[in-house]
Amino acid sequence: MRRILPLLPLLWAHPAFAAAASAPNSHWWIWPLALFVVCFFLGIVAVPAGVGGGVLFVPIVGSFFPFHLDFVRGAGLLVALASSLAAGPSLLKGGLANLRLAMPLAFGASISAIGGAMLGLALPAHVVQTALGLTILGIVVLMATAKKSEFPHVPGADPLSKMLAIHGVFHDGISGRDVEWKIHRTPMGMAMFLVIGFLGGLFGVGAGWANVPVLNLLMGVPLKVAAGTSSLILTTASSSATWYYLDNGAILPIIAVPSVVGMMIGARIGAHLLTVLNAAIVRKLVITMLLISGIGALLKGLGIWS
Amino acid sequence: MELKDKDEQARYALWLHWSTLTGFITLIVTFLAYVTNLLPAKVPLGDLPHYWSMPADQYIKETGIPTGWGWLGMLGHGDLASLLGIAILSGCSIFCIAAVIPIYAKRKDKVYLLTCIFEIAILAVAASGAISGH
Repeated sequence: MRRILPLLPLLWAHPAFAAAASAPNSHWWIWPLALFVVCFFLGIVAVPAGVGGGVLFVPIVGSFFPFHLDFVRGAGLLVALASSLAAGPSLLKGGLANLRLAMPLAFGASISAIGGAMLGLALPAHVVQTALGLTILGIVVLMATAKKSEFPHVPGADPLSKMLAIHGVFHDGISGRDVEWKIHRTPMGMAMFLVIGFLGGLFGVGAGWANVPVLNLLMGVPLKVAAGTSSLILTTASSSATWYYLDNGAILPIIAVPSVVGMMIGARIGAHLLTVLNAAIVRKLVITMLLISGIGALLKGLGIWS
Repeated sequence: MELKDKDEQARYALWLHWSTLTGFITLIVTFLAYVTNLLPAKVPLGDLPHYWSMPADQYIKETGIPTGWGWLGMLGHGDLASLLGIAILSGCSIFCIAAVIPIYAKRKDKVYLLTCIFEIAILAVAASGAISGH
């Protein structure tokens, strides 16, 4: 599969795709079908790579499909929202997503996500595309260099987290023990979530790529709880921005629905393949895909490539 | 996670499960009705390649697709009916947060009670279309 995926963009050069890109009444279904297939593969690799579907979806679809970036970002938000909604109930029941931790962070992120969505739809597409390309390249650097800490050391809870009573215990299935956790640097974490929410709304990329490092490395949340709570935060932050895109006609069902369904089926298969696939190799593949699509978005935004 | 927190987590999870399931089923059913032409589209499927490469505001101007909640009165069209599932999925958080408010109220947890109320207000404003660009 890792040999096939990077070749997918070459399919787009096929005359059938080129003809169907903008010609009315001719094989309109080719692009939604291609979108479904691509999202299916993105869903498979997203789970073992530990990223949300939105961050892969927007730069790849925005660079290689004929859809305007407004609709791609609207669909990207819905992909991120749908994925996190589907995972939410089991994460909450298993204690891997913590509502008390998520609520204040999601509050700030959902406000700034609306601001990001407003700016995104107001700016010219080439400006957003250029900024998206730069952001994706920044994410590539973050993914390639950021460390993770399974159980970060938190010397003491900060006053704000104490006041909000944000702490917990989760059962670690691998070690078989209950792990108590508390957090620190809460005010800085809240400020970071304002920025993350804004970027999520602006680019429609979801924000798991940033949520997890901030929760884990900055605030000291155990990695598994950070990943689960990140998903819960996305259900609210993506929701507020999705409403804005929906209100402004920037969500086309013919783009959004095949993307969501393809991504979710792929993610289910990806979850089952977790034990078979080499996560490190898949992660490198995803970083490569992001690098290519980030460069593509940048070149498209700068008008060098169309 | 303390025992008292399990109540709100469990209730939130329950509402999230059912609201998400409702949204997904609605999304799939309406989309199938749309692409099979069981519900005819306001913008014909064959015309979409002409529109999907233009900015959202230009698409709205050229097709006359309603903004805000205008689509709700035109559910006889497949493309607009498909927005119903998307709206339910986007509204899941509102239902879930509203569901845990009584728990925080009973516990007299004022900070989280107010956080929930303000969060619902934010989502409701976003959903209302009051800050829409049109």
